[in-house]
This record gives sequence, structure tokens and C-alpha cells, in this order.
Amino acid sequence: MIAAEDQVKSTNAQTIGKLVVIAVLMFGFGYALVPLYDKFCEITGLGGRTGDQVAELSENQAVDPNRSVKVHFDSNINSQLPWDFEPAETFMEVKPGQMYETHYVARNRSSVPVVAQAVPSVAPGQAALYFNKTECFCFEEQLLMPGEAKEMPVRFFVDSKLPDKVDLITLSYIIYRNDEATSLASSK
Amino acid sequence: MTATTAHDDHHHAAPKGISRWLTTTNHKEIGTLYLVFSLAMFLVGGAMALVIRAELFAPGLHLVNPEFFNQMTTMHALVMIFGAVMPAFVGLANWMVPLMVGAPDMALPRMNNWSFWILPFAFLILLSTLFMPSGAPASGWTLYPPLSLQGGNSFAFVIFAIHLMGISSIMGAINIIATILNMRAPGMSLLRMPMFVWNWLITAFLLIAVMPVLAGAVTMLLTDRFFGTSFFDAAGGGDPVMYQHIFWFFGHPEVYIMILPAFGIISEIIPTFSRKALFGYTSMVYATASIAFLSFIVWAHHMFTVGMPLGGALFFMYATMIIAVPTGIKVFNWVATMWRGSMTFETPMLFALGFVILFTIGGLSGVMLAIVPTDFQYHDTYFVVAHFHYVLVTGAIFAIMAAVYYWIPKWTGYMYDERLGKIHFWWSTISVNVLFFPQHYLGLAGMPRRIPDYAVQFAEFNLISSIGGFAFGFGQLLFVWIVIKCVRGGKQAEARVWDGARGLEWTVPSPAPLHTFDTPPVVTENTEHSAYLQR
Repeated sequence: MIAAEDQVKSTNAQTIGKLVVIAVLMFGFGYALVPLYDKFCEITGLGGRTGDQVAELSENQAVDPNRSVKVHFDSNINSQLPWDFEPAETFMEVKPGQMYETHYVARNRSSVPVVAQAVPSVAPGQAALYFNKTECFCFEEQLLMPGEAKEMPVRFFVDSKLPDKVDLITLSYIIYRNDEATSLASSK
Repeated sequence: MTATTAHDDHHHAAPKGISRWLTTTNHKEIGTLYLVFSLAMFLVGGAMALVIRAELFAPGLHLVNPEFFNQMTTMHALVMIFGAVMPAFVGLANWMVPLMVGAPDMALPRMNNWSFWILPFAFLILLSTLFMPSGAPASGWTLYPPLSLQGGNSFAFVIFAIHLMGISSIMGAINIIATILNMRAPGMSLLRMPMFVWNWLITAFLLIAVMPVLAGAVTMLLTDRFFGTSFFDAAGGGDPVMYQHIFWFFGHPEVYIMILPAFGIISEIIPTFSRKALFGYTSMVYATASIAFLSFIVWAHHMFTVGMPLGGALFFMYATMIIAVPTGIKVFNWVATMWRGSMTFETPMLFALGFVILFTIGGLSGVMLAIVPTDFQYHDTYFVVAHFHYVLVTGAIFAIMAAVYYWIPKWTGYMYDERLGKIHFWWSTISVNVLFFPQHYLGLAGMPRRIPDYAVQFAEFNLISSIGGFAFGFGQLLFVWIVIKCVRGGKQAEARVWDGARGLEWTVPSPAPLHTFDTPPVVTENTEHSAYLQR
């Protein structure tokens, strides 16, 4: 009887050990979802991710002279940022495979230097993979002195492999205040 | 519970008074603690629901300010889910699983004590946020960022409370799995286990798989809010939509955690009062397992409107609709069990029948919500509120009520008052439909959830719904009285309380002595246990 009880106890200990391992692994899995999600969005272009990387215009981009795609530029300002921030042009007709340049205009309305970071997003999501930026103000932090205004360029091309059904692409930026860099800039 | 102490003689003397309950490692006493705690939380959460229904009684802001209203909707959900429904099921598991599998106690009695006693502290912390300067959480129980991160410092207490609830659930689940897998009486093979035990085994695995994911998600919220990380902050490269994915990866299995034990209870009660074996026992086991599996691959149907590609939306739509198949198998099996049975309609059976009908209504509105184009219209409306209250109130809560009426004679040794039980059933069933059915129409007409005020066109249905809400809410005080009355006394219950009942729990006297099955019963093909093989 005692032996049987000990038997049950050690089986229990094994079961519990395994179950605790599952629980701990699942906690880790919750965190593993973060890089998995990022990777998934990057590969599929879901969530409008356009990548932080500088794209290169490859040689084999055949420009289709008969096709044109409308690009809509959009801007949003986080409420913590005392800036104006607007696209110079709201719309642009582009031919896939060809390089274009436009710019956004930002002005610091406050009396202190402020550093901001812009985050891009492309809609529809399936166009995100084909929208390439070779130069963008969103690649780095932007510092504006009090009252300073600045034209911030974006150079981009739409890949000629863009699916036919897409005829409108929206490039949207949200610009946020970078608190850490701002306090560094104002202490200088 | 006074009657049970008399049987304590052959074991060492138990401490008396409050320390008896603080230090108990007995599965029956801990089960009782869970059930009493759950009932208390049911009343607290119910009071919050009545604040909500009182404010919505008529258009305009009357009683509470919008911020407090939002705190009420959020706290009502957290208290009912983590404080009422889940502890009630764990309490039933504590009481009944060892009795049903012929084990002397749970596998880990001391951890069992701990996993219960964490809960009152968790809820003390959660409820204390109501009295903090920055108030209770007000962003909905889903705690979506960025809104949930814009509250005050009381948010840290909410997260800590959720961590404690998660730890409690995980320990409870580990205990239940170890008990079921290792402590079964000789001859009690897996496919001879009662359906309640089967459903709890699967539920416990769901708990272990997803509660840690919730813990991770809320920890990320905590570090985003207080430690400068940016998991969900777009300014720092995070993504708030990712929170929704992680949350619902927990959240959808969670809703099945709240219904699978209910399926188990109903599968016990219907055979008893139909005096027939459960129809399709094996298919019930496989149906439960399929529902559990499918729950992991349908989470994004809670977030169709975030803007996902067509392929994703279709996948989650079809996967969700497939769940109707195993669930339908269960409903048809219950109906087939009743077919040509010699049915009687005592209170547990009434609640079980109410469950089958009303849960099916909730299931059907769930299928409607699974359809992507219609979900775009129903999303975040009262239609969703009506749907999940049909599956949770007339589903989970009705099943818990049925279970209490079914097993309370075994717990107290006395029969409950059958006349009052029937009044409680009919009062609850009528008022709950007055409460929730009009909310379908409100949702279809476009009334959004979680708002304290609404357009006058919604006035009539809200008025009806509030009347139903007060009738249902105060009606539950009758349930409290029936339970108290049954604990105090009544007609002496026999060992086999219901003549159609089969299973090991009915072989021990009523009330069940504190220690049962010290010598394990031997189960064979032809013994008592075989609730499903013979009758």
C-alpha cells in the first residue's frame, strides 16, 4: 500500500514536471509571437509594413508606358508633437518601375528643439511589398530647432510587378515625438 | 458543511474555525471554498451589471459618469470571467473529479489550497482599483492598447491581479490533469471516465496552453506602460494590432475554457433524468477534443475589422464555422439521449434543458458573427453582447446552476427545496430572455457596445432589457436563499440522490464524508461507474 502510494507520488511528480514545462514554454511562446509577427508582416506586407531598408532600383524594371498608378500621400501628427507636418503634393500619378521624388514639409511650432520620428505605412497591404523607398526622412530621426521649417524628401518607385488590380496606393506617415532624443537635443 | 466534520474521526484532528479553511488540503473543502467565492463574485459582478443596466434604462446620462460606466463594463467582465465562471468550474472539479474517478483526493492537496487562496487576494487587488485616484481599468476586459495604456498607475495593480489569477488557474489545471491521469481507480480506463471528467481534462490542457500567453501579453502591456518598451507602441516600432492577435490567441481558447466544463455537466445531467445512457459517448469525447483544437486557429474572427487580407479573413471564417460541426454533434447527442427516455423534470434537468435550447441560440448567433461581411456590420454592437451573454449566462452560468442543484444533496446531505428551485428556474429563464433577446435587435439596428448613452431610437429595447436585467439580477438572491436553506437542513438525501444517476460519486453516502475512497473502488465493465455503457 505504501509502495503504491509512493508510486503514485512519483508519477504525479513526473506529470507535474511536464505540465510546468508546457506552461513555461507557452509563456515564452507569447513573447516569441512578437518576432514571428514582425517576420510574418515583413514577408507578406500585411499591416502596411514597407520596411526600414533603403531599396535599390534594380536594372530589370520594365516601365510600362500605358500603366499609371495613383499614389496618395497622407500625414498624421501625434498629439504630443508640436509640429506641422504635411505632404507637398497630395496625389501623384506614377508609372511602375520609374523613380519619383516628392517631399513633406515639417515645421516646429514650439520654442524648444524637438526630435521626431516618422513611421510609414502603405495601404492596401498587398501593395506594401511593391512600394520601395530609396530615400526617406523616416529612415532617421529629424531634429527641428524652434520655429524651423524643413522640406523632407522621399524618393520612391513602385515595382513593375505590382498586381494589376491595384491602381491606388496610399503612403501614410505618423510622426511621433522622440522623447529621449529631444531631451538630449535641448540639453546641448 | 457542519455535517461533514463528524466523519473526520479516523484522520488527525482538523483545526477549527477560520484556520480550518485557511489550511485545508481536502478537495471537498477547497471545492466548497471555490464555489462560495464564485457565488460572492457572481453577486459583485452582477451588481456591476445592474449599474450598467440602470444607466442604460433610458437615453441620456443619469446615474454615473461615462468614465465610471466604462470601469463598470470592464470590471463586470473581469469579475464574471475570472471570479465567477472559472472558479465555479474549478470548484466543481475539486468536489466531483476525485469522487467520479474514485480517488481519495486531488493529486496535489497543498498546491490546491494555494491555488484557491491566491484568488481572494487577486480580487482584493483588482477591486481595490475602484477606490484608487486613477480608477479601475476602463478600456474593456480585452485591455487593448493604446487606450489601456492611457490610464493611471492603478493599471499596474490590474496587471498584477491578472497574473495572480493566471497562476491560480494554471496550478488548478495542473492539479486536475495530474488527478485525472494518475489517480483513477483500478479499471477506470480513459474511455470509462464520466463526461464531466473528460471535458475538464481537455479544459485543463487549454488552460495550461493559453493562460501563460495572457500573462505574457499583459506583461508586455506593463513594460510598455512603465518600463519604456514599445511592443505595442507604433512610435517605437511596435504594433497595437499585434496585441489583439496575442490577446485573442489566449481569448478564444478562454471562451471554450468557460464552456467545455458546462458541456460535461450537461452530459451528466441529461442521461440521469432521461434514465438512459448518454448517446454517442465516444463521439462526445472526440467532439470536445476537436473543439479544443479548433479554438487555437480561429482567434482572428474577433478582429475581422482590423483590415486583414481576404485570404486571412476567409480562413478564419471557415475555421470558425467548422466549430459548429462538433458543437452540433454534442447538441444532437443530448437530444438523442432524451429520445424515448423516461424523462422527469427536476430543477437540474430544467436548467440542463434551458441550457441546450438557449446555448444553441447563442451558438447560432455565433455562426452569424463568423460570417465576415455580416461581422463588419455586427462588430462591436449589442449583437455581440447578446451573443456572448447567451453562451455565457444561459450557457456557462445555467450549467453551473444545474450542477449545483444536481450535486448539492451530495454536498450537504439534504435535498434542496424543489418548489423554490423550479421557481428559480422559470424566473431566471424568462427574465434572462427579456434581458438579452432585445439586445440582438439593438445590435442589428446599430447600437454600439460599451457606451453609457444612446440615440432615442434604441430607447424601448433598452428599457425592456433593463427590466429583464433587474428581474434576473434580483432573482438570483432566491438562488442564494435556496443554497443557504439546503445547507441548513431539509429532507435527508440518499446516497444515490437521483434514481437515474450512475457513477462512483453516488456510491458514497450523502453528505459525502470528508474522506472517501481511501481504498480505491475497483471498476469493471459491469459496475456502477458505467454511466454511459448501461442504465
